[in-house]
Amino acid sequence: MKIIVCVKRVPDSESRVNAAADRKSIDTQGVKFVLNPYDEFAIEEALRLKEAAGDGSVTVMTLGGDDSKETLRSALAMGADEAVLLKGQTSIDGLGTAEKLAEGIRGREYDLILFGKQAIDDDNLQVPAMVAELLELPCATVVVELQVADGRATAKREVEGGHEVVEFALPGVVAAQKGLNEPRYASLKGIMMAKKKPLEEVDVGDAESRLELIEVTNPPERSAGEIVGEGPEAVPELVRKLREQAKVL
Amino acid sequence: MSTVTAYPTGGQFLLEDTAPADIFTPEDFDETQRMIVDTVREFIGRSVTPHREEFEFGKKVELGKTMLQEAGRAGLLSVDIPEVYGGMGSDKATTMLVTEVIAWSGSFSCWHGAQTGIGTLPIVYFGTKEQKEKYLPKLATGELVSAYALSEPGAGTDALAARTTAVLNAGKTHYLLNGTKQYITNAGLADVFIVFAKVDGENFTAFIVDRDSPGLSIGPEEKKMGIKGSSTCAVILEDAQIPVANVLGEIGRGHVVAFNILNVGRFKLGAGTVGGCKVALEHAVPYVKQRQQFGRPLSDFGLIRAKIADIAARTFVSESMVYRTAGLMDQAIATLDRDAEDFDRQIIDKVEEFTIECSMIKVFATESLALAAEEGLQMLGGYGFCEDYPLEQIYRDERINRIFEGTNEINRMLVPGMILRKALKKELPFFAAAKRVADDLLGPPAFEEAGEPGFLEEEARLVAAMKRSCVAALGFAAQKHGENIKDQQEILSDAADMVMETYACESGLLRALKKASAGGEESARLMADMLTLYIHDAMDRVAIWGRNVLAQSAEGDELRTMMTGLRRLAKHVPVNRARLHDAIAGRVVEAGRYTV
Repeated sequence: MKIIVCVKRVPDSESRVNAAADRKSIDTQGVKFVLNPYDEFAIEEALRLKEAAGDGSVTVMTLGGDDSKETLRSALAMGADEAVLLKGQTSIDGLGTAEKLAEGIRGREYDLILFGKQAIDDDNLQVPAMVAELLELPCATVVVELQVADGRATAKREVEGGHEVVEFALPGVVAAQKGLNEPRYASLKGIMMAKKKPLEEVDVGDAESRLELIEVTNPPERSAGEIVGEGPEAVPELVRKLREQAKVL
Repeated sequence: MSTVTAYPTGGQFLLEDTAPADIFTPEDFDETQRMIVDTVREFIGRSVTPHREEFEFGKKVELGKTMLQEAGRAGLLSVDIPEVYGGMGSDKATTMLVTEVIAWSGSFSCWHGAQTGIGTLPIVYFGTKEQKEKYLPKLATGELVSAYALSEPGAGTDALAARTTAVLNAGKTHYLLNGTKQYITNAGLADVFIVFAKVDGENFTAFIVDRDSPGLSIGPEEKKMGIKGSSTCAVILEDAQIPVANVLGEIGRGHVVAFNILNVGRFKLGAGTVGGCKVALEHAVPYVKQRQQFGRPLSDFGLIRAKIADIAARTFVSESMVYRTAGLMDQAIATLDRDAEDFDRQIIDKVEEFTIECSMIKVFATESLALAAEEGLQMLGGYGFCEDYPLEQIYRDERINRIFEGTNEINRMLVPGMILRKALKKELPFFAAAKRVADDLLGPPAFEEAGEPGFLEEEARLVAAMKRSCVAALGFAAQKHGENIKDQQEILSDAADMVMETYACESGLLRALKKASAGGEESARLMADMLTLYIHDAMDRVAIWGRNVLAQSAEGDELRTMMTGLRRLAKHVPVNRARLHDAIAGRVVEAGRYTV
């Protein structure tokens, strides 16, 4: 079972992120970067499939700069066998990024390509499906359960109000949703071993963009709440305000 | 023979200048160490925090054992264990980092400390190959839980007064141990104990004692004020049969094991309490940001800002001294041959060179946490007094740190005691330095440059003045009291405080300078502000302790002359504390936690 997991380096959801002065990017000063949380589900699933199969390999791959090596080593510390850094910048245009990833994947051996369903920075939710399209592979997104047997995969997908089960022939692309598993965290031994695992670097150039970034802004400051009064006598005034000012009733 | 080494030895900071580039600081941690921190946090978040209620308040101490096993799976018990025995064989800086972050786990930090420090290290450093092979791999995974049994009802601080005896049986196969060990951390669930007993009532010796040894029993859990999730029991030995192969180290050399291990234990406790200070701030600061009184958040008020800044500054200098010392040890250990058969044994000899620093860190950092717990709780007002808020537990748990691993009193005795011992053994040219400083102080005052000092220049001058004050006061007292100084406890304590403040301030200074040289002065602004805030009061305290040392060592004209010199050293223009409090608190409040 050979599995490729595509990952991304993103700002930690606990870091406070602000628009940079140029309003074209975010201010990275003091921001901690982590492995995209949805990608952790993908890595965990890959490791479990490999462990269940008893052989095979898990390769983590990312498109990014040198700082993405840290992200790859986080994945290696979890237990992935090898890493590939496609050197080049990601694009806000999901298709540009997908093209570079597809280019990096072509020519490699694999049974399955796993992704997190989205990167929590751009929230595009495009790349897994686009990579599948570019490689002419079947694709299941928002997957919460995955079974692989005899060259076929069965995936349970989250859809509005319920689930949908799909089946497809391998190789294929699966994008992981929260709930697929509980990702392990790196043990200290894993962290030390990660340093000795192979990390291949391939220059692929920056991803193309068909979108032009106009502006990055912070969300508007929330205005302070208002205390209308206390007890039952405040209710009519509250209802009035909700209807006339907030217009929610 | 010269004792000059390729690296600075313990206590040397007092007599020599150190270049900022030569010290290790938390800013020097690399990607691997940051990943290790993430792992520790993940472990606590998954294996400890969800059980807080039953563990810390529900008397379910046995949960500690499961937590240890989960920590073992994450590799958190193996940091100090050599690689051949299933460990990581890490440097001291990494050990201290893990220990610091474990502080977020509350009482579990006692389980972890007793297991990885005093419960495992005696075997790492003093065990035979067979003992290491038998115990270390299982201690690394948590399959075995360990404890360190030194204290007795009649032998606490005076550990060598132990009355537990060991007598070889007729067949010469086993020692029979008799006695009671008291307040033994992890005892309730430990599988293996490092026990100290006197062979034939005389020769103090360490033993590895398995829990299932015939004749060994465990007392009931103590009802403690804090660290309620930790297990603390007596260990009772009644003709307990211990195989001769379980003698640890040499017979009659148990004190070498005991004191060296306590030394590391003290250092680790210091690192843990630095973590504790950060935990306290992490709970108190978000509270005062959100809590409104008089129509404003508490964090807007001057007195709250002063508390935040004082805790942060004290945490900063404590943290700086912990990692500086770890770096010193790692430098010393790096001179060893890693392939030498007795490499592990040599490590502890290198660590022993820093006994002074270990004791200082233990006292200073545990008292930093006392401040953080006290003032952190105060910041929460009435809520701080309730169990629902973590400061209540932090406040109770903090108290033991100033008692165990050697009381802060006995550690204070050790600091000047060790300096003088190193001076007598000519490992430190202390007396020559004391003479030079005394001559300077008695001579005419030097011309003082006027003008505005540059970035941290005044602080550097104060550190130099503190060092000279220490050397002058302790040197003078040693000269006046001779050998009897060992009985002058108040002098020793005051001198210890002087030296500790000096080491803390210098460590903070060097760290801020190192940061400034890497990232510019602005990048070190908060560090510099914290140091400035801290050092001005510290200088005054040093002067008072110095005064008290001198006044116990001389009188009349001699005292007056020495005091003139000391006052000259301690002279400084005070700073606007409120302005510094405001600047520091601004940054900490914005971050919602300790930050540099």
